Amino acid sequence: MTAHDPQQAARPNTPTTTYLYDNYDTAFVRERVAEFREQVRRRLEGATTEEEFRPFRLMNGLYLQLHAYMLRVAIPYGTLTARQMRSLADIADKWDKGYGHFTTRQNLQFNWPKLVDVPDILEALAEVEMHAIQTSGNCIRNVTADHFSGVAADEYEDPRPTAEFLRQWSSLHSEFSFLPRKFKIAVSGAAQDRAAVKVHDIGLRVVAGPGGEPGYEVYVGGGLGRSPFVGKVVREFLPREDLLAYLEAILRVYNRFGRRDNKYKARIKILVHETGLDQIRAEVEAEFAAMDRTPFAHDAEEFARIAAFFAPPPYETLPAQSEALQSAKRENPAFAAFAEVNVSAHKIDGYAIVTVSLKPTGGIPGDATSAQMRVLADASEKFGFGELRVSHEQNIVLPHVKKDDLFALWRMLDAAGLATANVGLLTDIISCPGLDYCSLATARSIPIAQAISRRFKDEERQREIGRLGIKISGCINACGHHHVGAIGVLGLEKKGQESYQITLGGDPSLSASVGELLGPGVGADQVADVIEHIVDFYLSERQGEERFIDTWRRLGHARFKDVLRREGENGADI
Amino acid sequence: MALLKNPQILIASDLRDGEALFLGADGWARDHKSAAVARDSQEAAALEARGKGEIAANRVVDVYLADVGLEADGSPTPLHYREKMRIKGPSVRPDLGKQARAAQSGDAK
Repeated sequence: MTAHDPQQAARPNTPTTTYLYDNYDTAFVRERVAEFREQVRRRLEGATTEEEFRPFRLMNGLYLQLHAYMLRVAIPYGTLTARQMRSLADIADKWDKGYGHFTTRQNLQFNWPKLVDVPDILEALAEVEMHAIQTSGNCIRNVTADHFSGVAADEYEDPRPTAEFLRQWSSLHSEFSFLPRKFKIAVSGAAQDRAAVKVHDIGLRVVAGPGGEPGYEVYVGGGLGRSPFVGKVVREFLPREDLLAYLEAILRVYNRFGRRDNKYKARIKILVHETGLDQIRAEVEAEFAAMDRTPFAHDAEEFARIAAFFAPPPYETLPAQSEALQSAKRENPAFAAFAEVNVSAHKIDGYAIVTVSLKPTGGIPGDATSAQMRVLADASEKFGFGELRVSHEQNIVLPHVKKDDLFALWRMLDAAGLATANVGLLTDIISCPGLDYCSLATARSIPIAQAISRRFKDEERQREIGRLGIKISGCINACGHHHVGAIGVLGLEKKGQESYQITLGGDPSLSASVGELLGPGVGADQVADVIEHIVDFYLSERQGEERFIDTWRRLGHARFKDVLRREGENGADI
Repeated sequence: MALLKNPQILIASDLRDGEALFLGADGWARDHKSAAVARDSQEAAALEARGKGEIAANRVVDVYLADVGLEADGSPTPLHYREKMRIKGPSVRPDLGKQARAAQSGDAK
């Protein structure tokens, strides 16, 4: 049974491509806002101490950072409507400082909210069916998904109904609200993994079973942070009807055996590593067999109800090729570069997926002004059924653009500083906020990203280098995913100075690997130099169309270390 | 009483807006130059005791002592880059934070 009423969410003039709240959802989120308003009031009046209040604010995504509070807003599976994007822009203007930061968890962070305003912000979010619940704390966090869900040409099934199903299961799950540590789940439904499922606590891939029925390949124990691990397959095929029960079993095993004595060893990846996959699998299967699965029995009707929200929009029947697109590319080289780099194949003829880079030359990765957010909202309504996606790579995706409209869209984006043609290339850098904002950081990361971005600003050179992911974290917690960057940069403190370790060979995809350390840390002003040496060596050694990661794997880490050692002897001090 | 290796000031975050505050002779200041400086362990303990009182009064959170150097005019400047960041604002957004306010008031140092 479900508390949701299928009739309530049906309403006119709303996008058909994302989940819509019904009365149950609306009441749930409203009650939570009212609850937090009262908690804030009591805190400001001195009725509660910070120690008492802190868990409440964290469970509502409110952190205290270096200069101000920070509010992390959940964007479930990275899907946004134009209306929601506009509301985020309005919040940025009314209660923050006119911008927002899109994160590697497909969320959005406001960097300057006042505590007294946060209940009003949450109320404004609730107006557009958003919240900040479980964006912090030792609970199941916002479930992420492939940012090309529903439109990727290589997709088997849209993973968002599964992600929404899991969101409803995990929201305020009483047994899993105080886990040993935070818990992150990602879902993908395509041949290519764009959701980094192998570096999550649980990663799910929607796959076909022996009879062609949909189910899941289940990974467990992946994660980055202080101790990075690639997830391991705990179930090769999990029938859909067992999804909630099996995940419940995994979480129960983790909740029972996960370490609580040391927060650095508390994630499920450590449990899997220390206990061994076979033993964990045995524990999970035993729990799964023994538990009362009745409350978690698959509700096919409810799953179908949720899936219906992610139905394809009303596409037109179009030819696969667009003459208008070809003509515009011939006449405008800048647009041609954009179309080559930022546009991906769509499953429907005549349509394309556009990734809007939030990484302009020298910019702050993931930041968008309120004006840019409104342009993106307008663009999505004008050219893409009013739907947007946030990628874990900190970019925005317009998932349904007619090829005939690409040039007009590009001009609109270009006028707003949103047409940088670098998606997947060297300057499409993932970066956490680092010490410019974050109280946990040990070094700045944004200035490093900016320096690299300026050094490699020549887009033609970037295209010549090809796909190369640089990922930067300002501390060992690895919010910038540095472990899985083809080139990773980790900012640390060394003798009272910011120091940067560089790793090579990381890969977030299905061929996942954790990067290997290149050598001792370097100073902030040396990072771009070191990367330039690495890139030059790669270009001199690559064969054919080989990507950086392929060349690194073929040559081996030692060859890259050698070349840098030689460069160091020539005075580069690296 | 033991002299400190480095002088110290008491830093906190404003409960209401999270901004970095510095404990001065007359209470919390938003400018670090107004911070009271502890030179020995007794003075540092006194600052911490006042800080605990301020936590109890629900005016501030996240209170700690930070090492400083002293300028020619005696005003304190944090020694660690983390606190150097806190007295200004994000280094990548000079238009935001304390540095922006200082620039507006003509004191852009």
